[in-house]
Amino acid sequence: MDVLALLADGFATSLSPLNLMIVIIGVTAGLFIGAMPGLGSVNGVAIVLPLTFIVPPSSAIILLAAIYYGAMYGGAISSILLGIPGASTAVATTFDGRPMAQQGKAGLALIAAAVASFVGGTISIVLFTLFAAPLANVALAFGPAEEFALVLLAFTTFVGLGGDDKLKTIVMICLGLVLSTVGLDLISGQPRLIFGDIPGFYAGISFLVLAIGVYGVGEVLYTIETSKTAPQVTPARITWRELGNGLREMNRLWKAMSIGSFLGFFVGMLPAAGATPASLMAYGIARQTSKNPKSFGKGNIEGVAAPETANNAASTGSLLPMLTLGIPGSPTTALLLGGMVMWGLVPGPMLFIEEPDFVWGLISSLYTANFAAVAINIALIPIFVWALRMPFTVLCAIVLVLCIVGGFAPSQKMHDVWLIAGFGVAGYLLRKADYPLAPLVLALVLGPLMEKSFRQTLIAEQGNVLAFVERPLSGSFIAIALLFFALPLIKSLRRTGSRGVAPAE
Amino acid sequence: MLTADRLIAISLMALSLYFMWHATVLPIGWNGMTGGPGGGAFPFWLSAIMLACSGLILLRTFLPDARASFTMDSTMLRPLLAVVIALVVTIALIPIAGAYVALPLFLLWYLRIFGGHGWTLTLSLSLVTPVVTFLFFEAALKILLPKGITEPLFLPLYAIFF
Amino acid sequence: MAHTFTRRVVLAMTASAAMVAGSVTTALAEGWKPQKPVEMVIMAGQGGGADRLARLFQSIIQKEGLSNMPMLPVNKGGGSGAEALRYLKDKSGDAHVIMATLNSYYTTPLRTDIGVDIAEFTPVARMAEDTFLLWVNADSGITTLDEYVAAVKAEGTGWKMGGTGTGQEDSLVTAMIEGAFDIKMTYVPFQGGGEVAKNLIGNHVNSTVNNPSEALGFYKAGKAVPLVAFTPERLAAFPDVPTARELGHDIVYAMQRSFVAPPGMPQEAVDYYTAMFEKVSQSEEWKTYVAESALMPAFLTGDDLQAYFLAERDKHAKILETIEAGS
Repeated sequence: MDVLALLADGFATSLSPLNLMIVIIGVTAGLFIGAMPGLGSVNGVAIVLPLTFIVPPSSAIILLAAIYYGAMYGGAISSILLGIPGASTAVATTFDGRPMAQQGKAGLALIAAAVASFVGGTISIVLFTLFAAPLANVALAFGPAEEFALVLLAFTTFVGLGGDDKLKTIVMICLGLVLSTVGLDLISGQPRLIFGDIPGFYAGISFLVLAIGVYGVGEVLYTIETSKTAPQVTPARITWRELGNGLREMNRLWKAMSIGSFLGFFVGMLPAAGATPASLMAYGIARQTSKNPKSFGKGNIEGVAAPETANNAASTGSLLPMLTLGIPGSPTTALLLGGMVMWGLVPGPMLFIEEPDFVWGLISSLYTANFAAVAINIALIPIFVWALRMPFTVLCAIVLVLCIVGGFAPSQKMHDVWLIAGFGVAGYLLRKADYPLAPLVLALVLGPLMEKSFRQTLIAEQGNVLAFVERPLSGSFIAIALLFFALPLIKSLRRTGSRGVAPAE
Repeated sequence: MLTADRLIAISLMALSLYFMWHATVLPIGWNGMTGGPGGGAFPFWLSAIMLACSGLILLRTFLPDARASFTMDSTMLRPLLAVVIALVVTIALIPIAGAYVALPLFLLWYLRIFGGHGWTLTLSLSLVTPVVTFLFFEAALKILLPKGITEPLFLPLYAIFF
Repeated sequence: MAHTFTRRVVLAMTASAAMVAGSVTTALAEGWKPQKPVEMVIMAGQGGGADRLARLFQSIIQKEGLSNMPMLPVNKGGGSGAEALRYLKDKSGDAHVIMATLNSYYTTPLRTDIGVDIAEFTPVARMAEDTFLLWVNADSGITTLDEYVAAVKAEGTGWKMGGTGTGQEDSLVTAMIEGAFDIKMTYVPFQGGGEVAKNLIGNHVNSTVNNPSEALGFYKAGKAVPLVAFTPERLAAFPDVPTARELGHDIVYAMQRSFVAPPGMPQEAVDYYTAMFEKVSQSEEWKTYVAESALMPAFLTGDDLQAYFLAERDKHAKILETIEAGS
C-alpha cells in the first residue's frame, strides 16, 4: 500500500544513528521538562523550534516529536509522585495516582502510566496513519454548538450524581466556573472581574496556577499538619524484579486502556476539545463501567491507566486538525503550526498531497519517539521512586521551591506566584472542611470552553436555545451527557427496585 | 470545630457577593437580539448559586445533628503558620533580592530551623538548588527568573551561557 | 576548567541549549550591545498570527546571528494586549525589552482606559502590513462582491460573519463593510484566525475576513474563495482578486506588524535594535515569508514610524466612534 511505502521511507530516516541519538536526548529532556510542575511540552517545543532552522529539517521534526512525547509521559510523573498535575491533561492522573503513591505503590502507578501512555500513543498513531484524511471532515463538522455539547459531556461523565457532599460540590464547581471567567470577555471584548484593575488578572487565571496552588502548596500544608499524627508517605521502593512483575500486571488493564485510546483519539482530534476533556472523560467512563466504582479515587490502578492512555492518544490525535486544517488544539500544536509555516509548509487539506515527505516523516518519528519514551521512562522509574524516599521535611521544602519557580515560569509573572500561595492556603482550608477540590480544578479547565461555545452558538442562532438539541451531533451528545448524569441515580434505583417489587414493564 | 466550618461558609458567601458586585460591570441579563447572556451573566448567576449553596451549608451547621467536618490538631497551628509566613516572605523577597537569594534563604530556614536537619544537608541543598535551577531554567529553557538587585552579578554568566 | 565542565554538562543534557550556545554570533554594530537576553513581549497569546511572526523574527535573528544575546519571546496577550502595554510602561528606561505589536496597540487603549499613552513609547521598526480579504466557502457558489452583497441582503440579519474577538481588527473590517453596503450581519467572535477559517469551511459561519496566511491552506485546496482584497493594490499572491477600491468602495485596512520599545529607552539601544531589524528585513527568509503569506513589506523606523502610529490611532478612534454610534 501507498501509505506503508511512504511510512517505510520515513522510518529509514528516523532510524539512522544520528536521529536515534536525537530521539534519546529529546525524550529524556522532554521527560524532565514534563515532570517539572508548571512546565510542559510547550516549553520544550518553544526552545527547540528556532533550532529547526539550523539542523536538517528531518532531524528537527524528530527532535520535536521526541520532546513532545517525552513531556507527555513526564506529566504523569509529577501527578503521581507529588500529586501536582504538571499540565491540565494530567489532572485526572492525580486522582488515583497520588493515592497509590501514598500507599507505597508509586512504582506500579508509574509503570501503569508509562505503559498506558505507550498503548494510547501507539493506537492513536495507527489510527492516524490509516484514517487521517477522512477524519478531517469529522473535525470540520464540529461548530460551537457541538463543542458545547462535548464539554458538557466531559463534565457529566466526570461529576455525575452521588459521591461527595452535593452542596459543597456545587459550590466548588461554581467557584471554578466563576474563576474561569476572569479576564477578557471574548464576546464583548471587555475586561471583567479584574478586581479593581489589577493588570495580572487581564490574562485570566491559568489552570496551572490553581493546580499548583491547591495540589502543590495546599498538599504540603496538609502533609505538615498530618505528619505528627498520621504515618508519613509509605516508603516506596522498587527492584528490577518488581518492575518486571508490574509490567506483567498490565494486561489486566486492557479495558481501561482501550476506552482511553479510542476516546482519547477521537476527542483529541476535535479542534477545540483536546487532551484534557479526553482524559477526564476516559476516567469518568472507566469509573462508570468498572465493577468497583467506589475504589476509584482511592488508588485504583485503572484510574491511572485510563486517563494516561487518553491524554497520550489525544495529544497525538490533536496533530490531525493541525496538519489537515491548520487549527491548533493546544498551545504546543500552535507552536508546531508556527514552525511549519516558517519551514514554508502550508497546513491544510493539501499538505498530505503536496508534502508527503514531511507528513510521513513526522508520523514515523512519532512511532520512534513513542518507543524510546516508554523504554527510557521505565528505566528511570527506580530513580523517580527513590526521590520519594527523602524525609518529608526535605521533600516539602523542595516541592515549595518547585511550586514557586514552576508557577513563575509559564507566564513569568510574580502575580501568579502570589496567586499560587493564596490558592494554596485557601485550598488547604477548603480541603480541611471537606470541600472537594477536583470539581474546582475541572470547572476552571472546562469553564472557558463552555461559556465561549455556549454564547457563540446563541449569537449565531440569534438567541435560539433549542439550537443545541436541534443539531444532530450536539443533540446526541447532550442526550448522552444527561444519561451519564443520571446513571448513578438509575443504578441505585434499579438496586432498590430489584430488592423490592419487580420493575413494571 | 463547627466555628471553622461556619467561618469558611461565611467567607465563601462574602466572596460570592464580591464576585457578583464586580460582575455587574457588564450586562448580566439575557438579550435575545444580541445572542443570549451578556458578559456579566455567567459570573453573576454562578456566584448567586454559590451564595445560595454556601448559605445552606452555613444553615446546616446550626442543625441539632450537625457534625464538624473541620478538625484540626491545634498544636500544628504554629508550624503551619510559620511555613505560610516563610513562603510569603520568600515570595516578597524574590523581586527585590532575586530568586537566587530568596530561594536558598528559604531552604536554609526550612531545612535547618524548621526541619532540624544537619548543616551538611542544608548547605548542600541550598547551594545545589540555585545552580540546578539556573542551568535548567535559564541556560536550557531560556526562562529568566527575577534577579532584583543581584542582576549585575549575572551579566558575566549570561555572556558565558548565551 | 570548571566552567568548561558545566558547559559540557549542559551540552549533554539538552541538545537544544547546546546548539544555541554553540551558534556563532557576530557582533552587529560597534558600541552598545545587549548585556543580557532581550525580552520580546508579544501582545497576543501563543499560536496567533502575531505570535507566529514574532517567533519567526526570533528564529531569523538567531539563525543569522544578528544579536549576541538571544531574544526571548514572552506572551502577554491578556485583555487584548492591555497586559503587555501596561508591562511595557512599567519597564520605562529598560534597554532589554522590546514588544511585537499589532493593531490592538491603538485599539486597546482607545476602548478601555488602561492608563497608557502610546505616544510615550519608543518606536523601533515596522516590518510589514498584513492584509485582509473577504472569504466565503466555495460551496456557497458566490464568486463576486455583488453576489455576496445580494446574498447577505437576502438573508436579513441572519448572515453570519466569523472573526476574532469583538473590538479587534476583524470586527472593525466587518463594520466597515456593513457601512459601505448598508447591510447588517451577525458577528460571531472566535478565539483565533485559524478557528475562524475552520468554522467557515465547516459551514458554521457564512463569511470571514481572514488574513491570507490563515486561510491559505483552504484556498489552495479550493475550499475557500476570496472575493475582494481590502488593500490599496492587488496582491501578488492573489492576482485575480480585485481590490475594494477597484470596485468603487473605499475600504482599505491593514494590520501593522511592528516593534516598539519602552518609554525612555537609551538612544544607542534603540539604534541597535533598529539596525538589527533592518538586517532582518533584508534577509532571504523574511523575503520568502512575505511573498508566501501575501504580506506587504513596509519597513519604517524612527520619527516617521511614530507619526504613522499616531495617525493610525486617530483613524481607529474614528472607526470605533462610528461603530459605537451605529450600535
